[in-house]
Amino acid sequence: MDNTYGVVAVLVVALGTMLIGAYGLRISRTTSDFYVASRTVSPWWNASAIGGEYLSAASFVGIAGLIFAHGPDMLWFPVGYTAGYLVLLTLVAAPLRRSGAYTLPDFAEARFSSPVVRRVASGLAIAIAWLYLLPQFKGAGLTLHTVTGAPDWLGGLIVAVVVTVNVVSGGMRSVTFVQAFQYWLKLTAIAVPVVFLLLAWQAHGGQRVNGPEYPVFRQDTSVSFDTATVVDADHEVVYSGRGLVDGQRVEGDGLVLTQGEHTIAAGSTFVFPAGATVPHLESLPHTTNANWALPMSEGGEFPLYAVYSLILATFLGTMGLPHVIVRFYTNPNGRAARRTTLIVLGLLGIFYLMPPIYGVLGRLYTPELLLTGDTDAVVLVLPSRMIEGLGGQLLGALVAGGAFAAFLSTSSGLMVSLAGVLSQDVLKMRGVRGFRISAGLAAIVPLSMTLLVGGIPVADMVGLAFAVAASSLCPLLLLGIWSTRITTVGAVAGMLAGGLPALAAGIITISARTSDQWYHVFLSRPAAWTVPLGFVVMYAVSLLTPGKVPENVNRVMVRLHAPENLGLDTNEEPSMSDIRRRTEP
Amino acid sequence: MTGLLAVGAILLVGAAIVFVLWRGSGPRQDFLTEAQRITFETLHTAWSAAPPLRAGLVPEAAKKSARHLRTLLDTPALALTDEVEVVAWEGMGGHHSGDTMRLAQEVFSTGRTRAFDIGCTLPDCPVQIAVVAPLTVEGHVVGVLAAYSREASAGLVRATNEVARWASGQLELAELDRSRTRLVEAEVRALRAQISPHFIYNSLSAIASYVRTNPERARTLLLDFADFTRYSFRRHGDFTTLAEELKSIDQYLALERARFGERLTVTLQIAPEVLSVTVPFLCLQPLVENAVRHGMEGKVEPGHIQILAADAGAEAHITIEDDGIGMDPEALRRTLAGQVDETAGIGLGNIDERLRRFYGDDYGLVVETAQGLGTKISVRFPKYQHGLHA
Repeated sequence: MDNTYGVVAVLVVALGTMLIGAYGLRISRTTSDFYVASRTVSPWWNASAIGGEYLSAASFVGIAGLIFAHGPDMLWFPVGYTAGYLVLLTLVAAPLRRSGAYTLPDFAEARFSSPVVRRVASGLAIAIAWLYLLPQFKGAGLTLHTVTGAPDWLGGLIVAVVVTVNVVSGGMRSVTFVQAFQYWLKLTAIAVPVVFLLLAWQAHGGQRVNGPEYPVFRQDTSVSFDTATVVDADHEVVYSGRGLVDGQRVEGDGLVLTQGEHTIAAGSTFVFPAGATVPHLESLPHTTNANWALPMSEGGEFPLYAVYSLILATFLGTMGLPHVIVRFYTNPNGRAARRTTLIVLGLLGIFYLMPPIYGVLGRLYTPELLLTGDTDAVVLVLPSRMIEGLGGQLLGALVAGGAFAAFLSTSSGLMVSLAGVLSQDVLKMRGVRGFRISAGLAAIVPLSMTLLVGGIPVADMVGLAFAVAASSLCPLLLLGIWSTRITTVGAVAGMLAGGLPALAAGIITISARTSDQWYHVFLSRPAAWTVPLGFVVMYAVSLLTPGKVPENVNRVMVRLHAPENLGLDTNEEPSMSDIRRRTEP
Repeated sequence: MTGLLAVGAILLVGAAIVFVLWRGSGPRQDFLTEAQRITFETLHTAWSAAPPLRAGLVPEAAKKSARHLRTLLDTPALALTDEVEVVAWEGMGGHHSGDTMRLAQEVFSTGRTRAFDIGCTLPDCPVQIAVVAPLTVEGHVVGVLAAYSREASAGLVRATNEVARWASGQLELAELDRSRTRLVEAEVRALRAQISPHFIYNSLSAIASYVRTNPERARTLLLDFADFTRYSFRRHGDFTTLAEELKSIDQYLALERARFGERLTVTLQIAPEVLSVTVPFLCLQPLVENAVRHGMEGKVEPGHIQILAADAGAEAHITIEDDGIGMDPEALRRTLAGQVDETAGIGLGNIDERLRRFYGDDYGLVVETAQGLGTKISVRFPKYQHGLHA
């Protein structure tokens, strides 16, 4: 496929981001516009900005890839990513804003007046941010690899460098409007191709997705293997090409891949004929399309546990993500924070309608990804595969650009909040210099980790970050906001009891191959046991240490829960400008 | 499975290294002589008692300091009182707590250390003798330190006396802190009342000149004037939001522009993200007033003022710049060092002092100026500072 347009799209997005960072939105205003200049960010803008920052690699490419490979169970990812904001809206948004906190450690200190609680919270926030940056870099590598064939690590490096330079040089800071724009860019990049893809699907006859057969190649398809791959063929497949299969050199036409497992060496390139059943990567589930379309059809160990674990992690994890919390500071008051969250729910809901369509169409049009295991690439490959000629390439370029925008905006949001926490709580260096050093540190760690991480789907890695957030910072927020009995000791114990096991499970899943063990699901989806653990330990330890309730708990609670305009803190009278607004026509 | 074991082993080794480093970084216990060890332990205990003492004789803090003071004196029980009641009882024999104020009466009147015989009849009660020493701040007895012991000795009396004197020193420092706070508060109050008579006169004349020609503008200006004075004379709260402070600056500038007309131009560039930052009350308006004064004074050509508020991660950065006559760096240094210079007014020094007190020494005013070259003042505010609310 011709990649020129894709490369151009990625370059445009990367350079555009750099330029906006370098020149900023340098719009100077004169005093006559003062009220425009000093108006706070409206909930609509802020909600778009949250959407822009939140829709990450996992949302843009990951979800489609998971649904493509694993079926409708994975719809819980988009549902959970959105529903997290529902929990945030009802239980957290307004009190959090009223606490005046900018980061999660700030909230911990505001609520508990304890430097120890603050330190533990900041440690966890840093871990979560790194765990979340990892899949962004990984996804960028994947995108660049799919579009240009560049090595896997290059895309991650580019994103890391662009974002770090931007953050360090002072760009991407006053970014509400830039991030808000990013949301609409991403929505366009994913929604416009969907329209054309659906039309093309109908034009091709609107083939049923849940037919009784295994996925088959629609046309003669050439597949290159970059790494040694173990594949499993359900039916005998005739193919051609050259390479190494099961240690034997094969070449020419009319080769036969017998039923069963085979190892294909790196560097092999084979052409499979149209109509042949697609051999699957051994570690992916292989089912007929009809089975794929049913929930929990995948088998595997404890499928129900996996689903509930995912639901818990995503519903409760959103509130613990550092870059989400930071955005709420921009709201002028608790009421605006709630309105913003409500709008975010709508914006995310619309966006998440799109990725599943890519996943479903992928079953019909790009089944060879089941063979190579690059399932995350389905969003990127689909447009140029389904639509012939220039149109398809342009749509492919649009998707690639949108995906890169997703990596850049999420990474920069994460990086800014992470650098804030690092400079304040770890390096203890405030001011511009501390912020710059922290930004460098914030990028280097996850970047070096991407080199170590194997082939875990992007959305699964994000799921781990959510699980850690849900088991440690979520109890802190929920119990901290809604219970007066939580003590400093309880808060620390609960955060550690929930967060450390979840973190350890995440590290083990990422670094060790446990996928064939019966306990794999408990490590890759830890939330269902770590979240209750965090909550129970926090509450139980608090009840056991009643002497350690922070002294000023009642005052803090009034501040968190009383609407600002009740004036419990102040005794404001309406100002003359309010009167003016009322009396003037 | 081996992968799991390997990761487990790595985590264990990591934890062990962290533990060793943590232990190694603590205070080292190997002293050359016994005297060194005693000196170390005494001073270490004394300094542990100092921070709670600085909070004054209030129950929660006194409890903490009493624990360390008892370690210093090595007595079975120790009590701290203020002028009215016992604020902390540390150690055994708590049922004697009620008698302490009665014993302390004499010490309050004489201001001298005295030993009392209590003679408790309960078996095993270690409280037989009380040594009561006064805690004196500026020559006034504000409380007593009572050490309880099984038997009387002249050594105990002298040791108690010394500890009480040391504690008095800490309490005096606490009093000093409080008076410094009161001083700054007084200065803020002065600043509030310090709308210059010239400004009032000039504003009202400017408004008067519009009453016939442009009554609508005159009305707007009067409302601005009302809002501005109302904000400046506000009685409650030491903090406000940046949005409020900027609003007041806008009203101030509207009035100044009514007076200077085309000669005064202002550029504002405000990042909306920082509008909700909590800032000390009246920490920017005097800087703008300063810029207007320096920017317009002694020149005929137009003056330009630029106000920037930028978002910088966990901080907000604000700069106020004018192209006027600038200031004498030496005079400015004196002002910021607290030697109030009449010409610079109390504004700059007071703001600098307040910023440092609330946010730490990293957050003082940064002024770039030279005579004839304009002035640029930069301020940084952390977005969150524990305990500060608008």
